[in-house]
Amino acid sequence: MHRIVLWTAMLGVAASAAPRAFAAESTEQQQLKQLQQQIDTLRQDYEVRLRALEDRLKQAEAGRVAKAPPAAVPSAGAAATAQAAAAAAPPDTAAAAPAAAAAPVVSAAPAAANAFNPAIALILSGSYSALSQDPANYRISGFLTGAEIGPGVQGFSLGESELNISASVDHLFYGALNLALAADNSASVEEAFVQTTALPAGLGLKAGRFLSSIGYLNDKHAHTWDFVDQPLVYQAFLEGQLKADGLQLRALLPTDQFVELGSELGAAGPFPSGGSNGYQPGLATLFAHTGGDVGASHSWRAGLSYLWAHSDGRESWDVDASGNAVTHSFSGDTRLLVVDGVWKWAPDGNPQRNNLTLQGEYMQRRESGDLSYDIAHAAQTDSFSSSQSGWYAQAVYQFMPAWRIGLRYDRLNIGNVDAASNNANLFVPESSPSRATVMLDWSPSEFSRVRLQYANDRARYGLTDNQFTVQYQMSLGTHGAHSY
Amino acid sequence: MKRIFHTAVALLLALGATAAQAALKVLACEPEWGALVQELAGDKASVYVATTGLQDPHHIQARPSLVAAARNSDLVVCTGAELEVGWLPLLIRQSGNSAIQPGKPGNFEAAAFVRKLEVPQRLDRADGDVHAAGNPHIQTDPHNIALVVVPLAQRLADLDAANAAFYASRLADFQSRWQAAIARWDKQAAPLRGTPIVVQHKAFPYLEQWLGLVQVAALEPKPGVEPTSSHLSEVLAGLQKQPAKMIVRAAYNDGRGAEWLAERTKLPIVVLPFTVGGDEQAKDLFALFDDTVQRLLAAQQ
Repeated sequence: MHRIVLWTAMLGVAASAAPRAFAAESTEQQQLKQLQQQIDTLRQDYEVRLRALEDRLKQAEAGRVAKAPPAAVPSAGAAATAQAAAAAAPPDTAAAAPAAAAAPVVSAAPAAANAFNPAIALILSGSYSALSQDPANYRISGFLTGAEIGPGVQGFSLGESELNISASVDHLFYGALNLALAADNSASVEEAFVQTTALPAGLGLKAGRFLSSIGYLNDKHAHTWDFVDQPLVYQAFLEGQLKADGLQLRALLPTDQFVELGSELGAAGPFPSGGSNGYQPGLATLFAHTGGDVGASHSWRAGLSYLWAHSDGRESWDVDASGNAVTHSFSGDTRLLVVDGVWKWAPDGNPQRNNLTLQGEYMQRRESGDLSYDIAHAAQTDSFSSSQSGWYAQAVYQFMPAWRIGLRYDRLNIGNVDAASNNANLFVPESSPSRATVMLDWSPSEFSRVRLQYANDRARYGLTDNQFTVQYQMSLGTHGAHSY
Repeated sequence: MKRIFHTAVALLLALGATAAQAALKVLACEPEWGALVQELAGDKASVYVATTGLQDPHHIQARPSLVAAARNSDLVVCTGAELEVGWLPLLIRQSGNSAIQPGKPGNFEAAAFVRKLEVPQRLDRADGDVHAAGNPHIQTDPHNIALVVVPLAQRLADLDAANAAFYASRLADFQSRWQAAIARWDKQAAPLRGTPIVVQHKAFPYLEQWLGLVQVAALEPKPGVEPTSSHLSEVLAGLQKQPAKMIVRAAYNDGRGAEWLAERTKLPIVVLPFTVGGDEQAKDLFALFDDTVQRLLAAQQ
């Protein structure tokens, strides 16, 4: 025992770092072994520190040559190494700590002023579209939809530029802001939320504006979509994507199988809700997701979601039986059921060369309430109920590195629509909207993508819209991490 | 009602009991760290490895299975240095597990304990997939493993104090075997010193530094960008002036670029396991380096 104390003291003075003796044992052999180990550790500590010193020396020399202060980047590297040295030194050798800590402090100083800036990522996108029908007349016949649907504009257009800023707030919260800058010089808040990082039991709470986690595609950002636009079911039932202003609570169960349950509450406003609901929420969701792997090559996720939305004067745009543009107003309740599934394959789980993603979602919407037909003119209000559904299925295959091809088929079912006395006016087509889409994209790196897409869109009754689009999507700044 | 309450209590007790008995749950991002934890902890830890030797740790998705594993782990052991930047931050955020958040004892980054090579003097994506902290492929030099194992053992002991002595003795045992193995590999690999090589991805600077290999060309025009035919032609032309002895790639790399060049230069292709499980032989860390050295030596003859 004495020997250990003596040795530790000596080493502490000599090296200003000594490893913690894990357990004092009685036999000499064990003591010897420990000493051996201490010396080994010391040697390694020394090596790290020497290398850090060498690094600093090199930087200092480089700085002198360039007659400029050393760049933040290499010093960050040295800081990490020095931090390593400090971390490698065990906590109970307090005397050793200052000497070890001195190294990083000096070299890390220049980076400190802006070191706490949040991560910033910027998405730039743009497109060129040739559409055989006037996009101003776009509608999904037979469905009460929001305004922001359709294939966009003819010709060149600047897509939405997305600015994403995110960071840890403190030891309890993480925050992110996602701004969309549109071609018409308007900025809109796509997402602005804070979320907890330290709740127990796999719980997570999010507050602010966020993309709802219902379905599979709903919480995916536009630059991660596999096609230029959203499936028709998303456009018809969620005006593209549901963003909620409110709260989200999710729980990840402590099972080996991935099981996530969640619920959201939000203010009325975003389609399919409308108007205001006072202090009561206008949106509520429940969702459950599960998934896993099948061998090394396959993985999957499936989900079931439910959305309730309240509307008080939600407007939608339509044409009447004789083809005139009319605006309706709906007040009542919307219930949407979403079933989603995705299956991904890559040989040995290595997607670099080939991979395949199969994905599909089914949605069923029931609405009941009152409809004011053609609010600008007739404004005839009567009861309204509908039960409608739709689905899409898609496959995206990477046939060689950087190149993918995708096929998607969309289908909506008109279902049952009963507008009581407005039945005579409301235009309900006989055939259901559908769309077939094919795309080819090229991603020379993780950060850039160029896409060519053709869609045969039969959303408008009796009209076929041939839509050609070329699109680029580039991301700058912080390396984004994309969800499954 | 009483019955339900009793059942609930029994369930909770059962859960508590399993939690108390359960080994330390470790999520290793790459197989080498999974193997290293296994060396130190044996059956005191249950290790879930997020990737295999046939997967590129740059390009992994935060799959449901990984989110579930992260949710349930006490410790995450990863390379760091931005190697897993495309998936790990998301995985940790989605896990709802406060124990493994960055900065917590449950989050261990191996690269923080190693002096990194190829720290870029300028940061620009035009230079390809560069990592601000330096090259993250630190596991190809056994000296780096020796640097990482000490703080890793310390971390295991911190998280599982009851078994601290066990980890310490396993560490001592590993270190003595590892130092002996390094001496053996150094001796075996001595003839490789100065050998000029072509690499596919700039994944081997630590291996090159250790064994004295000299990289004369890379098949990827920029790190992370797949070999293009024009760049391969340039490499081919460059090799006329500055010949190499072999083409080295990791098991998970697409082999076509290397094959194209090998056909024209008659150079042997060395497919290195790169990590534990990268090939049949590399079953553990010792076998990984045995196999790496053997494959390089075989190609040199």
